[in-house]
Amino acid sequence: MELVCPAGSLPALKTAVDNGADAVYFGFRDNTNARQFAGLNFNDKRAAEGIEYAHKAGKRVFCAINTYPQPEGWQQWTRAVDRAAALGVDAIILADMGLLEYAANKHPDIPRHLSVQGSATSYEALRFYKDNFDIRRAVLPRVLSLDQVRGVARQSPVELEVFAFGSLCIMAEGRCYLSSYLTDESPNTRGACSPAKAVRWQETPSGLESRLNEVLIDRYGPGESAGYPTLCKGRFEVESQTYHAIEEPVSLNTMDLLPELQKLGISAVKIEGRQRSPSYIADVARTWRQALDGLARQPDQFEVQQNWQETLSGLSEGGLTTLGAYHRKWK
Amino acid sequence: MMKLSLGPILWFWDKCTVFDFYARAAEWPIDTVYLGETVCSRRRELKPDDWFALARDLKSCGKKVVLSSLTLIESEADLRGLRRICEQDDFLVEVNDQSALQLVTAREIPFVTGPAMNTYNAATLKVLAGKGLQGWCLPVELSRHTLARLIQELEAEGLDLPAEVFSWGFLPLAWSSRCFTARHYNLPKDNCEFRCLQHPDGLSLRSRESQELFRLNGTSTLSGSRYDLLRQLPAMADMGVSTVRLSPELQGMEAVVQRFDTARRGKVPAFDPLALTEAPPCNGYWYGEPGMDRVARTNAD
Repeated sequence: MELVCPAGSLPALKTAVDNGADAVYFGFRDNTNARQFAGLNFNDKRAAEGIEYAHKAGKRVFCAINTYPQPEGWQQWTRAVDRAAALGVDAIILADMGLLEYAANKHPDIPRHLSVQGSATSYEALRFYKDNFDIRRAVLPRVLSLDQVRGVARQSPVELEVFAFGSLCIMAEGRCYLSSYLTDESPNTRGACSPAKAVRWQETPSGLESRLNEVLIDRYGPGESAGYPTLCKGRFEVESQTYHAIEEPVSLNTMDLLPELQKLGISAVKIEGRQRSPSYIADVARTWRQALDGLARQPDQFEVQQNWQETLSGLSEGGLTTLGAYHRKWK
Repeated sequence: MMKLSLGPILWFWDKCTVFDFYARAAEWPIDTVYLGETVCSRRRELKPDDWFALARDLKSCGKKVVLSSLTLIESEADLRGLRRICEQDDFLVEVNDQSALQLVTAREIPFVTGPAMNTYNAATLKVLAGKGLQGWCLPVELSRHTLARLIQELEAEGLDLPAEVFSWGFLPLAWSSRCFTARHYNLPKDNCEFRCLQHPDGLSLRSRESQELFRLNGTSTLSGSRYDLLRQLPAMADMGVSTVRLSPELQGMEAVVQRFDTARRGKVPAFDPLALTEAPPCNGYWYGEPGMDRVARTNAD
C-alpha cells in the first residue's frame, strides 16, 4: 500500500518525502483546492521545486484541484488544471464533473484521481466516474464502515485510496454546506470549512469562548483544552442538554485496520493535514512508514506498536483518536 | 408562469400521516410532486410499493410525479433500493447521488438532479445533459448571481435545461452515516427505536446562547432557520427559473402553497400569520451571504 502524505508547503513536502511518503499531494495558493489557508500551499515556482525534489527521490506528486468552480471562477480552475499539467504532476485530484471532463479531454495522459469531495460512496458511483472520465483512482469518503469499504472494494473498477489519519469529517464530503450556512465559505465553494477569518476568541467571565461569524461554537471552563472551532465539533444544546451534538474533537486513526485494508486490495492510505507543520508531517509520515514496512514484512503477524499509537495520539485533536465510521458502533 | 413543486418529505412521518399529507396535497395548486425517502434507509414506514401506489394516485390527480433517490448510498441494500427506483419507466427519477446517476445513465433513461448534486457550473450540466438530464435543482448554497449566469450559459449553449430552486423550508445541509437523533438518545443507529418519528420537524440544535443553528433529522442536518424566497419570486421569474420548490412540513403547508401560488401569479400576498413551527426566516444564500442571514432587500437590488 502506498503512503500518501499532505504537503501544505515546500518544507512539509520535503519532510514528507524524507520520512517515507510514497506520494505527496499539494494544492495551489488559491481556492481551487479544499485546504485554502492563509500562507499555505504552492505557487508554480515552489511547486516545480517540490516536484523536482520528490521525483529525484523516486516519489510521486499529486495536485489537488478539488473544489467546485462556479461560472465566475471557471477559467481560474481550468487554468489550475493546465498549470498542474505543465508542472508534470503524476496525477490530478479532481471532484467537479465539468473539470474532470476538461482534464480528460485536454490532458488525457495525466492520471485523474477522484477526490473525496467527489462523494463516490459505492461501486456504482465509481463506475460512473470510471466510464465517463476514466479516473484511475478514487479516494473514499470517511462515512463508510469497514464492511461497506469491503463491499465497494470487491467491485471497484478503479484503485482505491482511503483516509488513514488526521482530522475527521463526519459528514459525507463534497456535500456538506454547514460552513457556508454559518459563514460565507464552504469546502465546495472556497476550499474552506469554518474559515479562520470568521473565528473570534474571547475571554469572558463564564470562560474562553470560540465563535464563528459570531455564533458561539464552544465555551471552555478552566482546565479544559480549547480546540479550533470547527463548527461540527462544538458543544450545543439539544432539548436542554449541552454536549458535542454532532462530533467530538477527535482524529481519525485507522492503523489497527491496516492488515484488513491490505487484504481488501486498497492501493493507498492517505494522511490528512496540509494545514499541519513540517514537524507534524515528519512524525506522522515516519510512524506510518514504519507501520507499512512492518506490514509488508509480516502481513500475517502485524501488530501495531505501542510507541506508534502514542506518537499518533500525541498529534491528535484533544489527544483522542477514533476508528470513525470504519467501526460500526461509531454511527 | 413558474411551476410549483413539493420536494420530498425530508422528515420521518408515519405511514398514515404521509398518505394523509399527499391526499391533501393532491388538491393544492402544485405542479410537481417528488416522492420517496431521501434521508435514511432505515425509514421504511412506506415500502417501495406504497410509494409507487402513491405516485400513481397523484399522477391520476394530474400531478407530475418524480421519484427521489436516497442521498447517501452506503450499502448493497441501499443499492437494491435504488435499483427499484431507477429500473422502472413509469416515473422520472430525481438523482440525489452518483450511484443513482450511474444506474439511470447506464439505462439511458431521462432524469433530473436534486439539490445535493454538485452542479456548480455549466460544464457539469452539459456533461449531464449529454446523459439524459431533463432539469436540475440549484445546489442550496449557490447564489442568484451564479444561478443567473448558469441559466445564461446554458441558453448560450442551446441547452434546454429547466432550473428549479429550493425556495421554502429548512435547507438540507449535510448527510452522515452517523445518526444524530440516535446519538441524542444515546441509542445505537442500528437500534434507533425510530425516534425520528417523535420529531416530525426535527430536533432543534441551538448554540449555548439559544441561537437556532440547525435541525437534526436522523442522519441529515438541516438549517435552523427556514429558507424563504417568497419575495424573490419576481426576480426568479425574470431570470427564467422554471420551478419553485417548497419543502414539506407537517403544519401549515397548504397556506404556504397558497401564498407561493399567489406570488407566482404576480401578486404580493398579504402577511397572514401562518401556523408553522417556530423558526426564524433566512435567505442569505440567495444573496451570496452566509446562509443563515436574513437580507432585507428588494428586487431592485
